[in-house]
Amino acid sequence: MDGFLASRAVSDLLVGLHFGVVIGLVALSLVLIWRATHILNFAQGAMAAFSAYLGMSLLSYNVGYWWCAIASVFAGLVFGGITERVLIRRLYGKPEINPIVVMVGFLALLEAIATAVWGASGRAVPLPFSFVDWQLNSQTGQTIAISPEGVYQIVAALVVTILIVVLFRYTNLGLQLRAAAVAPEVSRLLGVRVSRMLTLGWILSSGVGAVAAVIVASNFGPGLTPTVMDAPFAIAFIAAAVGGLESPWGALLAGVAFGIMQQFVTDYLNNSDYVFLIALGVLVVVLMIRPQGVFSKSVSRRV
Amino acid sequence: MIRVKGLTVSYGAVQALRDVSFEAASGSVTAVIGANGAGKTTLLRTISALVHSTSGEIDLDGTQLVGKTTESIARLGVGHVPEGRGVIEEFTVEENLRLGALHGNESFSAGLADQFELFPVLAERRKQHAGTLSGGERQMLAMARALIARPSVLLLDEPSLGLAPLVTAELMKTIKELCVSRQLTVILVEQNAVSALRVSEHAVVLHVGRVAAYDRAEVVANDENLRHYYLGMAE
Repeated sequence: MDGFLASRAVSDLLVGLHFGVVIGLVALSLVLIWRATHILNFAQGAMAAFSAYLGMSLLSYNVGYWWCAIASVFAGLVFGGITERVLIRRLYGKPEINPIVVMVGFLALLEAIATAVWGASGRAVPLPFSFVDWQLNSQTGQTIAISPEGVYQIVAALVVTILIVVLFRYTNLGLQLRAAAVAPEVSRLLGVRVSRMLTLGWILSSGVGAVAAVIVASNFGPGLTPTVMDAPFAIAFIAAAVGGLESPWGALLAGVAFGIMQQFVTDYLNNSDYVFLIALGVLVVVLMIRPQGVFSKSVSRRV
Repeated sequence: MIRVKGLTVSYGAVQALRDVSFEAASGSVTAVIGANGAGKTTLLRTISALVHSTSGEIDLDGTQLVGKTTESIARLGVGHVPEGRGVIEEFTVEENLRLGALHGNESFSAGLADQFELFPVLAERRKQHAGTLSGGERQMLAMARALIARPSVLLLDEPSLGLAPLVTAELMKTIKELCVSRQLTVILVEQNAVSALRVSEHAVVLHVGRVAAYDRAEVVANDENLRHYYLGMAE
């Protein structure tokens, strides 16, 4: 049994799993914005990194890690709200290309500002938990490829996703968030303050993105850099499209699947360049067979 | 009671409504009839502030509605069932109703029981997505969703559109009963002038944005000229 748990395949699965939950969180944040405002936020990764920078800069003043993490998420929530009010609000009802161009520009701007303010070299962010893998057997020294840090990441991602799903499915606020997204005019006729709901969608999304950035910053070699979220974002973007941009669980599951794929490809093919190639291949196949995404429900209609 | 005075609405250079004035009393149905493009839907959308007027007043029991947002007008007790019904297809019947009750004056559970008594078929379809309902069922859901908030005003935009004559007759009867029992102010926009006039106390005939006639419903129904020129009814 120990041999199996310590095997290469199981190790890859576990390592991939805790990569994957972070990708899943970023995908979830994309889904939240898509559901709320039908905008693909290309600046999602940069916004998340920026939020983490804001919170983690408190480390220099001897503030504890957890306070910095909380400050990062709080910065993310506020940043999302401000972005929607100041920038995104002007894009509603415009041709679809406008938000795409603006968000790509915003991505470049945020990374440039982060580089100017905090430098490109990266700032070290401590790990909240040990990343030393658990031993299976103290005599043989065999380990299973999961550490307290890995468990923390998985639990954090699950908790965030469950909170989002519960909010959307079971609360009156969630009902209004969903209604504002799919039927803004009808929602207003029923008294829903739609513009607040759209802002709230961005606030939530940016907060979830910040959680992901805080986790990534601790685990990435150089620490927090202005572009630290670029790679997770790119994979998450594909995962969100594969999972279906409507489904929070779909986003998380697709993120996990891509994380595991990434680890297997990197380990067995010994070349991480194939990761994107395979991810894009999967995307093309999914878009051909099931363009709405694997986990999106389509409502059957009586005609 | 709703008082509309001198209401004018422009879409660019086109005047959709010109100097429209009328009153709709509580406990009575006021029909707004006229040909396509007469401005009927625009009138309702202006009352709900989905469209902004260039001049004029809309008074609801002493409160000026012009200048308020759609959301706050809804919260003041103006229920609006839009053209094409506007049920949220992705939501279940119950979720549609829950949304309707959120900013209303009655608890959801009490309101739900009321609506299920009024429209029993909705109780059967409770957990179904609204997208799976038939046209008549959707109309009932849209009505129930507006009524569950206990509005004082009900704006109905072409409720009979796409419904079989028998279903339309049933619906009009329900509208009339509700209007009396709940002392609702109902403004009923209809293409189908005959069935609308049958349940109304008063009627506003719109013709290219102007009030061509405003009188008691039976007077309008019996006016040969109106029937011929504005309502397109055969002799």
